Amino acid sequence: MELPVISNTAPEESGGGCSSSGCGTAPDALSHLPDSIRSKVQDHPCYSEEAHHYFARMHVAVAPACNIQCNYCNRKYDCSNESRPGVVSEVMSPDQAVKKTLAVAAAIPQMTVLGIAGPGDPLANPERTFETFRQLSEQAPDIKLCVSTNGLSLPQSVDELAKHNIDHVTITINCVDPEIGAKIYPWIFWENKRIFGVEGAKILIEQQQKGLEMLSARGILVKVNSVMIPGVNDEHLKEVSKIVKAKGAFLHNVMPLIAEAEHGTYYGIMGQREPTPLELEALQDSCSGDMSMMRHCRQCRADAVGLLGEDRGAEFTLDKIDEMEIDYATAMVERAKVHDAITSELEMKRALKSAPKFNPDAEEKPATRAIRIAIASKGGGLVNEHFGHAHEFLVYEVGPTSHRFLTHRKCTPYCMGDESCGDGETVLGQIIKSLEGVEVLLASKIGFEPWADLEKAGIQPNGEHAMEPIEEAIRAVYDELAAAGKLDQPAEAKAAA
Amino acid sequence: MALEITEVCVGCYACEPLCPNKAISAGNPVFTIDPDKCTECLGDYEKPQCAEICPIEAAIVDELGDALNPLGSLTGIPIHLIEEYNTTGTVARPGV
Repeated sequence: MELPVISNTAPEESGGGCSSSGCGTAPDALSHLPDSIRSKVQDHPCYSEEAHHYFARMHVAVAPACNIQCNYCNRKYDCSNESRPGVVSEVMSPDQAVKKTLAVAAAIPQMTVLGIAGPGDPLANPERTFETFRQLSEQAPDIKLCVSTNGLSLPQSVDELAKHNIDHVTITINCVDPEIGAKIYPWIFWENKRIFGVEGAKILIEQQQKGLEMLSARGILVKVNSVMIPGVNDEHLKEVSKIVKAKGAFLHNVMPLIAEAEHGTYYGIMGQREPTPLELEALQDSCSGDMSMMRHCRQCRADAVGLLGEDRGAEFTLDKIDEMEIDYATAMVERAKVHDAITSELEMKRALKSAPKFNPDAEEKPATRAIRIAIASKGGGLVNEHFGHAHEFLVYEVGPTSHRFLTHRKCTPYCMGDESCGDGETVLGQIIKSLEGVEVLLASKIGFEPWADLEKAGIQPNGEHAMEPIEEAIRAVYDELAAAGKLDQPAEAKAAA
Repeated sequence: MALEITEVCVGCYACEPLCPNKAISAGNPVFTIDPDKCTECLGDYEKPQCAEICPIEAAIVDELGDALNPLGSLTGIPIHLIEEYNTTGTVARPGV
């Protein structure tokens, strides 16, 4: 296959899979990065699984226009694959967005990052996006700025991006082959014309690759997002991963397609299926190579505010921020103190951990197999959530001497008080389905009924490690199972891994 | 001779900066075209710019009320499924 990209030399074939340094490691998947990059991203709530429990981020929706159409997006709502679908974000003017950012940063001192990610393409709204960045880099110099783009207008925006000290850019790259592109992008708007099909996809791909190269050349960090679309680009993404990493992307984030019929997207309506969690994990593994895969992306809304997983957007609506008095100079001093405290806490934690790598090849002929263990956690690295209240489960792969974070699997909580308990049965069925491949589930508490159903589905519930650090709990559970001789048989999952 | 924006407009701002005659203004959520200023881009561009970038089918119509981007023309979704979605808010998925 001839690829229409500029100097698309793939990196040297690595040892592959987990024998290279690229696999997710505990406590974070960033430990293999050069120090210069790691110091930039280790306190970034979106990039670091560890930091996201301590640092907060926010998005402002100032960029509603888009210059391409994606089959996973319905323009009536936010783009369903770059922000959570179903609710239209509150679109603001740049002035309003700046005021909101200052208000949030004053109220939530853990705030470190402001991102512009749509709805729409920020670089298809250059005036609105750059006006917001310009004001913020003056008025809130301590806040990191990030931007997400489809890449079509990226090459012409690189100079302006560099001016605003933006050191993180995310480009969504779903393909490097225009034939595949035509199945994902029905049209683009380019040089005052709508261009359909393969011709449009070819231009988009060329611009994305050129933009990636230009950003890398200037030392601006680039993360690449890809949406995994089964049967369309799933196999192809391995090639994409090699190319974008060879061109300098520091992180590749493969996200699952979201395609519910009620979102009204082409894929949703045409019945394109979403990948299963196991398919996603397998693809993330085969894309890992020498560079890290991002495994904890929550696909946040375009107007999300606060820590990942707890949206405080409702506290900062337009009418509420209008009434707020903001003394940003004082707030900035306070923020610096809070950040220093968090950073030293994180540094202490990092120093305490020896960060063992997940490296089955190096293990002494393991007599036992690796298993997946799911954790109900509210954060802080602890087993501290009731099964029935969990919005997601953290999934770890645990082997005889090491473990790694694999992914988080979202779910509707089984029981959020009385109101939703009527639907408990179907919700429980969905949760069990989402835990495919998991053998043990740790929660601070698990009710009698879900306990029995989990066991029936082959998942061993365990409430004995409530409030313990996750890493200690999974090690204890694994060692106990291994000692009981329950992990001797090589399972199919292990053989396939 | 002027184009019009219908109530299905989602207010995405994409058309407004492209209009060579500054005929488009923001509303909430529906944008409007000033009929005295709209020339349908004659003499400026091959095709009306607002309709070329508009992502919403049937949001921009000509003076006869005909959509410049008819149903199905931008997304490729079959018309009967678009209608089913518009009436019920979802579809019985054919592929699943």
